[in-house]
Amino acid sequence: MTVYAAPGTPDAKVTFKPRYEHWIGGEWVKPVKGQYFEDISPVNGKPFAEVARGTAEDIDAALDAAHKAAPAWGKTSTTERAAVLNKIADVIDANLELLAVAETWDNGKPIREPLNADLPLASDHFRYFAAAIRAQEGHFAEMDGDMTAYHYKEPLGVVGQIIPWNFPILMAVWKLAPALAAGNCVVLKPAEQTPVSILVLVELIGDILPPGVLNVVNGFGAEAGKPLASSPRIRKIAFTGETTTGRLILQYASANIIPATLELGGKSPNLFFSDVADQDDAFYDKAQEGFVLFAFNQGEVCTCPSRALIQKPIYDSFLGDAIERTKKAVQGNPLDTDTQVGAQASNDQLEKILSYIDIGKQEGAKLALGGSRVDLGGDLSEGYYVEPTIFEGHNKMRLFQEEIFGPVIAVTSFDDYDDGIAIANDTLYGLGAGVWSRNGNVAYRAGRDIQAGRVWVNNYHSYPAGAAFGGYKSSGIGRENSALALDHYQQTKNLLVSYSESALGFF
Amino acid sequence: MSAVATVVIPGETVSRVSLSSEAVDLLRRLWDMHGPLMFHQSGGCCDGSSPMCFPAGDFMTSAADVLLGIFDISPAQDGSQRIEFWMSTEQFEYWSHTHLTVDVVKGRGSGFSVEAPEGVRFMIRSRLMETATPFA
Repeated sequence: MTVYAAPGTPDAKVTFKPRYEHWIGGEWVKPVKGQYFEDISPVNGKPFAEVARGTAEDIDAALDAAHKAAPAWGKTSTTERAAVLNKIADVIDANLELLAVAETWDNGKPIREPLNADLPLASDHFRYFAAAIRAQEGHFAEMDGDMTAYHYKEPLGVVGQIIPWNFPILMAVWKLAPALAAGNCVVLKPAEQTPVSILVLVELIGDILPPGVLNVVNGFGAEAGKPLASSPRIRKIAFTGETTTGRLILQYASANIIPATLELGGKSPNLFFSDVADQDDAFYDKAQEGFVLFAFNQGEVCTCPSRALIQKPIYDSFLGDAIERTKKAVQGNPLDTDTQVGAQASNDQLEKILSYIDIGKQEGAKLALGGSRVDLGGDLSEGYYVEPTIFEGHNKMRLFQEEIFGPVIAVTSFDDYDDGIAIANDTLYGLGAGVWSRNGNVAYRAGRDIQAGRVWVNNYHSYPAGAAFGGYKSSGIGRENSALALDHYQQTKNLLVSYSESALGFF
Repeated sequence: MSAVATVVIPGETVSRVSLSSEAVDLLRRLWDMHGPLMFHQSGGCCDGSSPMCFPAGDFMTSAADVLLGIFDISPAQDGSQRIEFWMSTEQFEYWSHTHLTVDVVKGRGSGFSVEAPEGVRFMIRSRLMETATPFA
């Protein structure tokens, strides 16, 4: 067990600056309007740094820097760009603990997660796209004996990226790595709840990139996000967040005739077929953990398995075991490596979760575990902690239909295969899903029949860089991770070449 | 002063949406800063389930949306400060049995909602509607 020292105390792995500026053109730049906002740590509910409050003027400055850098960066060889991405990955690895403490302090997540998941995945993503861009080949096709169509991948130019607050560094990297690998310059806006950990990362990697290739403008959605997303000077916008803003971003993109990729969340079903309980063995243990993963990152995951669907014959026994397993989840100081459940990212998030627990009770759902805010006492008393919470109910309840983004799971039963699939698909969303069965045929068919972009079969919450991630239905447009992500940051240039001396003969 | 939205859905007789007094006060301040306003109820990731407040007309509603009610936050109740509350039709199918009250909490929600820079966040509190059949 290790308890990392809190920032601001002796031996802390990270020392925050009192004030963070924008990163524009390879320099720290003060906001044009001179305004700042406080970044609050959800660990203790207290502000710990000031952050530049960007406006349209700052976005314009960042776009100027990006456009200045784009022609040269877009023409670098893939070898050079891959080397840059690999260097960034090395710096992340070399600063693992520093970045992990920063991420935990900014977001509230238990530090074992950034140490073992967020940051190793972040460096691996840079390495993956360093490899992917070098391995990428254009293609050609022979139209006839005298004509060949050559297809080249070219960067889009300058792109905008708006980042969520649940995995501040990793979600930034999911968008940055393919964009930079493909030769684009980026103007990135972190979430206003969690800007600092990304800025700490930029302090470490900023000099590796040529000035202007990566620009970070902080601030609020209405003041900085909107001028970025609506700018006619970006060639693409990427966003992770909720549906209304997603639609708004599509509106802005339509005005500028540019592509948008959107990841808008889900209400992911996790199906447990009866044969899971055929034996009390390692697989059963794994499936039980698969249920409890709803509490991973305090449920603040777009793919949180927040609807557990358990086949009727094993409903009582499987859920009973899962409740006992969930009770063992250790909630506490997020800087303690033994802590499994940390703090919700913000006060409004905490309030929203509690409002859902309230509506769940009103709708008649049965509270099987938890259901309250937790006061951890001492310095953590003002932090935003919620008990892992289990409700039983049915799929039409709002608990089952909305992404609570908290450690709250809604559990129901299903009769047979068709019933299970019908309930799984009775949702507006289609981002993630889980299927658990010892029968490979059942698991395969269920995986294909569930309308979701990522179906975990006999596992959950793995995010390897090589697996495509994105939504069906209202969960969004486009794919992140895997070589498919490169497509969203590249144009196709077709050179149609004639090797004939003969005129067409029309004139 | 709290506020109750007018009934606008054909065939209905009971208001579906309200504003807490804190929400009315905040909306009046935001109106002074940004001009006429509108709400669109969000869903999905991160700040999903939050009502998003935009300058009126910024968000284009369509046949894919339903108007749940119209507030009047003018002190004289003379219709001079009307605010529409919208939700997507597909989301309304799952929400229609609940009455919504727009409240205000401290926070820093993302999204493009205009109140976030004030250090507060609109939030929905829900209760079952006596007039609507749940889970019909």
